[in-house]
Amino acid sequence: MPPNQGNRTHGWMGIHRGHRARPLEWIAERGIFLVALSTILMIFLIFVFVGREAMPILFGQENSALIKPVIPPEEMDRLKPEELQAYLGLSDKAFRQMERETLRELMIVKQEAQEEIPEQLRNDPDAHLNTTEWSAMLLPRQWSGYDEPVYIWQPIGSIHKYNIVPLIIGSLKVTLVGLLVAVPLAVGAAIYVSQLARPRVREVVKPVIEMLSGIPSVVIGFFALLVMASVLQSVFGYQTRLNAFVAGIALSFAVIPLVFSIAEDALTSVPRSYTQAALALGASRWQTAWQIVLPTALPGVFAAVVLGFGRAIGETMIVLMVCSASVVSWSIFDSARTITTTIAAEMAEAVAGGHHYRILFMLGAILFAVTFISNLIGDVVIHRLKHRLEGKR
Amino acid sequence: MNPIPPTGMIIPTEPGRHFRAGKFDFWSFFFSGLTGLATLLILAILAVLLGNIIINGWPNLSWHFVSTIPRKDFFDPATTGVLPMIIGTTIRVFVMTIFVLPIGVITAIYLTEYAPTDSMLTRIIRAAVNNLAGVPSIVFGLFGLGFFINFIGRNLDEFLQNPGPVWGQPAVLWASLTLAVMTLPVVIVATEESLKAIPLGLREASLALGATKLETICKVVLPQALPGIMTGGILAVSRAAGEVAPILFTGVAYYMASLPSKLSDQFMDLGYHVFVLSTQSPDIERTRPILYATVLVLLLLTFALNFVAILIRARVRKKLRALG
Amino acid sequence: MPENALPKLELKTALAAASGNAAPLIEIKKLSLFYGQAQALKNISLSIRERVVTAFIGPSGCGKSTLLRCLNRMNDLIDGVRIEGSVRIGQHDIYAPDVDVIELRKRVGMVFQKSNPFPKSIYDNVAYGLRIQGVKNKSDLDAAVEQSLRGAALWDEVKDRLHTSALGLSGGQQQRLCIARAIAVKPEIVLMDEPASALDPIATARVEDLILELKRDFTIVIVTHNMQQATRISDDTAFFYMGELIEAGPTQKIFTNPRQKRTEDYVTGRFG
Repeated sequence: MPPNQGNRTHGWMGIHRGHRARPLEWIAERGIFLVALSTILMIFLIFVFVGREAMPILFGQENSALIKPVIPPEEMDRLKPEELQAYLGLSDKAFRQMERETLRELMIVKQEAQEEIPEQLRNDPDAHLNTTEWSAMLLPRQWSGYDEPVYIWQPIGSIHKYNIVPLIIGSLKVTLVGLLVAVPLAVGAAIYVSQLARPRVREVVKPVIEMLSGIPSVVIGFFALLVMASVLQSVFGYQTRLNAFVAGIALSFAVIPLVFSIAEDALTSVPRSYTQAALALGASRWQTAWQIVLPTALPGVFAAVVLGFGRAIGETMIVLMVCSASVVSWSIFDSARTITTTIAAEMAEAVAGGHHYRILFMLGAILFAVTFISNLIGDVVIHRLKHRLEGKR
Repeated sequence: MNPIPPTGMIIPTEPGRHFRAGKFDFWSFFFSGLTGLATLLILAILAVLLGNIIINGWPNLSWHFVSTIPRKDFFDPATTGVLPMIIGTTIRVFVMTIFVLPIGVITAIYLTEYAPTDSMLTRIIRAAVNNLAGVPSIVFGLFGLGFFINFIGRNLDEFLQNPGPVWGQPAVLWASLTLAVMTLPVVIVATEESLKAIPLGLREASLALGATKLETICKVVLPQALPGIMTGGILAVSRAAGEVAPILFTGVAYYMASLPSKLSDQFMDLGYHVFVLSTQSPDIERTRPILYATVLVLLLLTFALNFVAILIRARVRKKLRALG
Repeated sequence: MPENALPKLELKTALAAASGNAAPLIEIKKLSLFYGQAQALKNISLSIRERVVTAFIGPSGCGKSTLLRCLNRMNDLIDGVRIEGSVRIGQHDIYAPDVDVIELRKRVGMVFQKSNPFPKSIYDNVAYGLRIQGVKNKSDLDAAVEQSLRGAALWDEVKDRLHTSALGLSGGQQQRLCIARAIAVKPEIVLMDEPASALDPIATARVEDLILELKRDFTIVIVTHNMQQATRISDDTAFFYMGELIEAGPTQKIFTNPRQKRTEDYVTGRFG
């Protein structure tokens, strides 16, 4: 090695500092990673904390029956502590803090409360029913005073009736109307904007339609309530002014921009080479759109509809403002109470930790599960489509 | 309706005739017209909706209206105002931004700069982001109630040994946090889009000069991505400003005599006020003018923000296309 | 073809003979690089002398740029890259586990095919690397910026608008700015990845002159697809084909009297 090499290479010793040489950088990168993980955590937390409040209902541990078996205070000592705690419905902490005398007092209060229930109700078989059982929530029942078995959601009075069938029907009804209006309009517009319109028209129309998504749902609900409801009633001449039909149409305003942008995105992602090949063969713009582009992008349009469904079934304020009575009827010209509106309208009255409160959370959990699945389906379909189109290019 | 001739068929050509516009194609005309009509109809819906609100709302909008704190009976058009609602909405949106912007931007940085493409974890995070965007707003409300108020808030009260519930009840902080969770995907997606628009060459240049990855991100990538991050923030704000369902159980109040002064206070809200005015009014004909004016204020707020965001995003997208 | 399997020793002696007294600064030994399953570099051994210009030539996709990026570990940034063998710079294995890549890149600078100035002012572009290293003193920065811009033969053209955006420069000026930016941090080796491929002939000539100037202070490795350029500016040349090193030696020898048939075919333009 020539002598002049010595000091030149000397500097290279510095590169051996190891990749842990920058602790701050290392910490910052871990931090970034953890924050990114928190997004997964959020989904997980939503799942856990909505589910947590609904848990007792889902596993049949809640008893909403008006009349429950009474344990006389004298028999207090025969009970195991956990049995006593469950009987009095106390939290772990409260139970531990209470003294024996207080617990006894509570038992007496409970006994007296049960004794105060009027004789008339006592003989009513409904008063002995746990209305949060799955059978009571899903099957029709002939309540006392009714001539035939019915589906009823009526969480007030002495006996809370928690049949969720009317709510599910209501949700599906409104959603269906919303989608029937929104999908043809949005997909038609997406085809027009992405395939047929001139570029200048496209540049104006697209952001304007996307602007529709910026309108808060209370504003759409307000518009439906004050303007649309009367107009539609005078046009179609049905009986109930505020019904699922009006709610569905108003709902479609919220769904259109979503379905439009996803469908438009899918249609534009069809490679240019496809359309140009067709156009070069002498097909018209419309033929190209119908025979080449639409079939290729069809999964994307399907995904748009699925995601639109998720958006529609989860929409709250529009439906809450337009209709709310819970009746079981598939007619769209009757009122409808949806899952979302029930939660929104009744949560304020529900006692935290009570069965009404828990059943509302259970409805939320059902809603979350339904939208989660529809989002997942839509997502996977879009991902595959994009993957396929990009792979082919 | 398949006028493309099958291959192999020879089309007789007459010189001169072929390039003239062919015979009128009914189906082409019909379907183009139909899709065009759908587009027009959507535009018409938007126009009627906005037109109706502006025409009916504008005359009722006054300085007095936006600067007055109403008394308990806010259905009276003569004395009412929406100042506390404007302030309440602004506060909750502002607090939300403080939380959502850093978390969203950092997550986006992880996804574009650090995450190995197509690893299982990256895909799960992306799926979580997309899914979060599709969760119904009312479910966020339940989440806020179950997690922030009943879990964190109550435990906080116990820990601080507050005599009564301070944090274990609806509050502007909890409403803001609930909205932050809800708008997280908006910020992430917008930031990611703008980060991807920055050419790889700039990152390589910085790294080749001996900058660390973090230095490259802070000094080269982020300054460039700023417009996109701002768009994300604005979109999140405009989305959150109009949302009512998530705050129903987490902080909004029907009426408050004073303005919120602490994070543990409840607040009045523009969107919720629209809901209250349109469904609880004793005399809807009498409240109609103030209702329209309130809706207009809400719309102006959200739309102005949205419009700015759309403009910035269009520019970012154009840049992206020019580079790609 | 048997000529391909030239013993490494012979290659090395070929280079050593050409280099005269200077010992190699960079020694690549049995380097293989994989992108997932695909092998992009196959068992490459090569020595690069100090303070000379070494050109990597070969048809596109032959791995010359990939090898260049191995020398300052820019390939680390790409997912799924696996490297076997060793690269020694000044006796230090740069792929050893305890090597600080950041420190390495400060010493091995790089200029890219597409000029990529930061969207900042000309001054901030050149000062970037120094600021990263913690130089804060304004007069130090001023001096270094001027020196680097002079070194890149750009000073006279931009001295009056140092604080305007670098994006306002012409393509050739931008590329020289990138060179100025690279030499501002005083690296010992400057890697250039087809630095003139996007430039017009006049700008190319200026960049080539600059490279010949820089040779006095820096060891330069340049990837080029332009054979004339290689003959004009390089002292040593290495020819790559399909991820393999076919032949390396003094430029004059490679272009006038190559050992390998394939090298001859390429440099005479029969394929490529």
